[in-house]
Amino acid sequence: MNLGEHFKSGKFVVSSEIGPPKGINTEAMLADADLLKGKVDAVNVTDQQSSVMRLGSFVTCHLLKERGIEPNFQVTCRDRNRIALQSDLLSAAVLGIENVLCLTGDYVSLGDHPEAKPVFDLDSVSLLQVVTALQNGKDLSGSELSGSPKFCAGAVVTPGADPLEPQIIKMEKKVKAGAQFFQTQAVYEPDKFEKFMEQVRYLNVPVMLGVVMLKSVGMARFMNKYVAGIHVPDNLIEEMEKTENKADKSIEIAARLIKEMKPMCQGVHIMAIGWEKKVPAVIDAAGL
Amino acid sequence: MIISQQKPIEEILGYLEGESNIFLLGCKGCAEACETGGEKQVLQMKETLTKEGKNITGTCVIDFLCDKALAKTRLFAHEGKIGKADSILFMTCGIGVQATSAVLPKVCHPACNTISVGGARGEWRGEERCNECGDCLLDMTGGICPLTACTKGLINGPCGGSKDGKCEFEPDVRDCGWMLIYERLKKLNKLDNLKKIIEPKDYAKMNPPKDIRSTIMWSLEQKQVN
Ligand code: SF4
Ligand code: SF4
Repeated sequence: MNLGEHFKSGKFVVSSEIGPPKGINTEAMLADADLLKGKVDAVNVTDQQSSVMRLGSFVTCHLLKERGIEPNFQVTCRDRNRIALQSDLLSAAVLGIENVLCLTGDYVSLGDHPEAKPVFDLDSVSLLQVVTALQNGKDLSGSELSGSPKFCAGAVVTPGADPLEPQIIKMEKKVKAGAQFFQTQAVYEPDKFEKFMEQVRYLNVPVMLGVVMLKSVGMARFMNKYVAGIHVPDNLIEEMEKTENKADKSIEIAARLIKEMKPMCQGVHIMAIGWEKKVPAVIDAAGL
Repeated sequence: MIISQQKPIEEILGYLEGESNIFLLGCKGCAEACETGGEKQVLQMKETLTKEGKNITGTCVIDFLCDKALAKTRLFAHEGKIGKADSILFMTCGIGVQATSAVLPKVCHPACNTISVGGARGEWRGEERCNECGDCLLDMTGGICPLTACTKGLINGPCGGSKDGKCEFEPDVRDCGWMLIYERLKKLNKLDNLKKIIEPKDYAKMNPPKDIRSTIMWSLEQKQVN
């Protein structure tokens, strides 16, 4: 069942995320994915996350599908032009991959091949338009397709962006372009999230709260300093500082954030960044 | 020389929709040589727009709109007429629109597409401002080019990497182009522009026929060879 169908059923939708390895040894990644089976409604597969070259998102989604796990295919505009993107979307459809998360992608300088030529032929909004067009049986230049693929297009938004207005305007455009659900950047401040959700209510689109597990004080400080739109408040940093058992604390904080913000939104997307094995514990602790 | 071509008049009239008082600005640099922004074209535009029911509050043709300091002093004498206008129509290249619109408190519309840098860029010798995309978007973006001001050349708004007004690429030295565009549009009361979806760019327009594309130096050399 794709994510759109889950939202329609009215349930609180849960997803998590895995990152393909750098190389071809997939055992560890698939073992992590198996732990999520039956616990989440979909598993995102990142697309060369942070511009670091790895095994592809497309083939990994296929491996998940084979194991009975619903994938959420992340697609960025950094590495492929409109021809390659459309072709990859058709390929995904043939293998039964329906959820597609459309992203702009980080700049190449952030990764391990800073000398690469950045593409950005399309952007996240036009990529959503492409997904919509393909579903309607046409490609971007208007040519007829033989057979229309079925997708459920998703997009991302940063509730903590400052200023927030351009984010919301872009979110509105993404909805117009065909986004059927949103996953957010990590949120640690329920009051801010509540205000954000009030401001986007008019869009009438399901939003999945983004939760990134805090692994250490260093990680929290790093995100505050360098990652756009993420703010870990001092009280959480203090809690991490004082704890003897970082893993348990991290699970407790993530579960608490989910419980607190669950009534405000339609789902949650849990990002463990290396701690994938602990995601089931977060889900249990949050009572999902 | 920067090669520009006048946009189709329907596109220009679309920009001016809902505005009745227009100030026309031409350029005696490359735009005059391309016959897109000299005295003659400015007067023709005045006539066309007047026929379309627009009131032209004034016209002015300046040497090198790409030099904003120079343009600012020259425009001083036209302050009253510019003040009366709802917007300014720039009959010049993308660099000229960007440089001079930055010092004017008005909505600025481009009348031309910049298709090629066939030599020196007027008075502006850098590549910071215009990529010669052949289908100018400055009307939507408040006179700041999204293709050059945004590292990724995004045309539909900021990516998730914008932090404290800076770009994720070189945040210590590079402003986020989309934050600049947002601030400018907010100041001009034109934030609605951001809500319109800009269709994927036609990058074929960046490859105009070779004869328009070649630089003066290249043309001279080719003549010598033949
Ligand atoms: S949009 Fe930018 S690159 Fe294109 S013509 Fe205008 S200024 Fe030049
Ligand atoms: S941070 Fe701003 S300038 Fe940099 S790529 Fe993103 S939108 Fe463009």
